[in-house]
Parts: sequence; C-alpha cells; structure tokens
Amino acid sequence: MSTSWPLWEVFVRGKRGLNHVHVGSLHAPDAEMALRNARDVYTRRNEGVSIWVVPAAAITASSPDEKDPFFAPSGDKVYRHPTFYAIPEDVPHL
Amino acid sequence: MSFDNAYESLLGHEDAHWAFGTGFSEALSGVNREFPADVDKDALAAYCLMLGDDALIFSQRLAEWCSRAPELEEDIALANIALDLLGQARMLLTRAGEVLGKSEDELAYLRDEREFRNVHLAEIDCGPGPGGDFGTTIARLLVFSSWRLALFSRLAPSPFWAGSADPVLAAIAEKGLKELAYHRDHAAQWTVRLGDGTDESHRRVQAGLERVWPFVDELFATHAVETRLPGVAVDPASVKSEVDGVLDAVLSAAGLTRPADTRAARVAGMAGRDGVHTEAMGYLLAEMQHLHRSLPGAVW
Repeated sequence: MSTSWPLWEVFVRGKRGLNHVHVGSLHAPDAEMALRNARDVYTRRNEGVSIWVVPAAAITASSPDEKDPFFAPSGDKVYRHPTFYAIPEDVPHL
Repeated sequence: MSFDNAYESLLGHEDAHWAFGTGFSEALSGVNREFPADVDKDALAAYCLMLGDDALIFSQRLAEWCSRAPELEEDIALANIALDLLGQARMLLTRAGEVLGKSEDELAYLRDEREFRNVHLAEIDCGPGPGGDFGTTIARLLVFSSWRLALFSRLAPSPFWAGSADPVLAAIAEKGLKELAYHRDHAAQWTVRLGDGTDESHRRVQAGLERVWPFVDELFATHAVETRLPGVAVDPASVKSEVDGVLDAVLSAAGLTRPADTRAARVAGMAGRDGVHTEAMGYLLAEMQHLHRSLPGAVW
C-alpha cells in the first residue's frame, strides 16, 4: 500500500513576507490529501501559514555528477556578492 | 507601528524565528473563572464531566491507532486529533474539578467506570481492535465530530447567540471549534474516499456506519443535567437536524446508505451519560489508568 501512493515534496511558508521553504516529503494519493497530510505532519508546531505540495516526479533536479561545471565557476567571483555595502543590523533574514 | 524600516511593517512584531513560531499563549488566559451567580454548580460540574469524558475516552481510542494506521501520515493525523481532544478534556475536567475540589488528573485517573459520563459511542472498540477497522474508525469520527462541532458551536458565542453563560465553557468551546471543524473535515474527506473508492473500501465503511449507528441515538437524548442548566448547556436534541443534514450530505457524496435510526443501544436501559457503560469501557480504563494507579503521582 505504501508504495502505491506517490511521493510529494512539501514547502511551508513560515510567515507573511517570507518565501516557501522545502521542509520534507510525504506520501499521499492526490494533491488534496497531500495538503492535509502536510498540515498534519509538518505544521504541528506552529511552523506555517501557507503550504505548497508538488509531486516529487514533477521536480527536475541538478545531478551530483554535474556539480563542478554547475557550481564551481561562481566560487571565485567575489564581485557578484554585495559585500561592499554596509548592512544595517536591524534588517533580519539576510 | 514604526515605519523607520521597511521590514518592520512587513514582518509584524512577533518575536518568533521564522521556522518555529513561538506565539503560544495559555489557551484560556484572561478568561474569568468565577462561577456565574445563578448557575447550578453541581450540574455544571456534571456537564463538564460529560463533555470532558467524551473527549478523554475518544482520545484514548484514537491514540490506539498510533503506529498502526494504514499510512504514517494518517497515523500522525489521528494522533493530532486525539491530542486536540485530550486538550479539550483537560480544560473541561479542570473546570469540573474547580467545583468538585479535584485535579484533572484525579478525575481522569482515579474515577471508576460508573463515575464516567461519556456517551457509549466514544468508548466502543471501532478498531484497531477486533471491533472494527479504519473504515469503522472514520465512520465514528464523522458522527462524533459532526455532533460535537454542532454542540460547541452553540456553546461558543457567535453573532447569532450568546453562547454558554459559563464564561469558561464558552471559551473552551470557542477554542475547540476550529479543532472540531478540522476533525469533521478529515473524517468527511475519508468517508467520501472510502465510500466512493473500491468495492472493498465501500463495503468496509458501510459496515462501519452500521456498527456505530445504534450508538447515535444517545447523542441527541436530552439529559437531566442539561435541563438543569438553561443558558449554560446545550440541549443536544436541538442540534439533531443540523447534524443529520451534515451526515446526509457526506453520505450522499460518498454513495453510502444511511443506516436506519434505531433506539439507543443501552445497557440495562441506562446510557453512558448515566454512568453505565459497555463491556469495552473496563478494558479501556484499565489501560488508561494503570500507570497512574501503579505509581501514584508519576510525572514525566
């Protein structure tokens, strides 16, 4: 039975103004039940105000084999980071 | 609110870290716990025991599904519902205890079977024991949560009625409404899925309805305690047509047949509200109470 239910990836938004963050996955027969299961499994401790569920099969992921060509070239380009600005201390979530 | 910085108005003023909200407050903080002057306090305590025992005993039944539900996700869903009901039970037993001079634990763990006032529907085995299965459990959850939601919606203040004259009972009901609405929704979702699913799932949830239906009549029988509390308690007979309407809508969407109404299944003519219980109750209490009775005052 467990294997017959497809896998869903769950994204939860903690509060207004923030973005949805991937929190985990679960099994459910369809999107409606996946939302309810996500509510029960991932927001029991007051974590969220909004939930997205996405069929795991619908996600196209980068491959670990391509890690170097994908990500290494950006490692030495310090000028792409906004490190030359002073960030006020009272700006959260940066 | 200060607009010195754009993030402040965006994020509000909760101090919670984004991932773990800490906005918890004591459920009934700020509620006046004085007893209203003209309320029959003994009847109020009995009424709180009735509603509290329904939640406590059904919570214990639902907790039996821990680690045994068809799916991990459903396991957690049933446990969440059980915990919601346990929370309602604690507040209601605490209120009863304020009249009786007892703590919630004394009431939950040190009363004997004849002192419990829950309806039979809450105590019967609907699975995972031999008395039922997941379909039966869903059938009971649908009936129980539809009925309790209707009662609580009368006890809580609303634009249409004042709610219970006991401010604590009204506050407990108001908090419970959102919980019970989710319980009913969860049960309705599953009832439709099972009823409209395979032949086997249809057969099982229909059998579940047949199993619980003899215990439905008791839910709407007016008890002497309720008539002693005008304005404080809800006469369950007054919510029957509303609950019938909900159940009929769900059963019809699920393609299920509503069993014929029967007179309440009673034990020697007595109901759970009178403190007379079915055979299942003794076993349930033995499991629920044995730790506290073996090790009095045990805490985590």
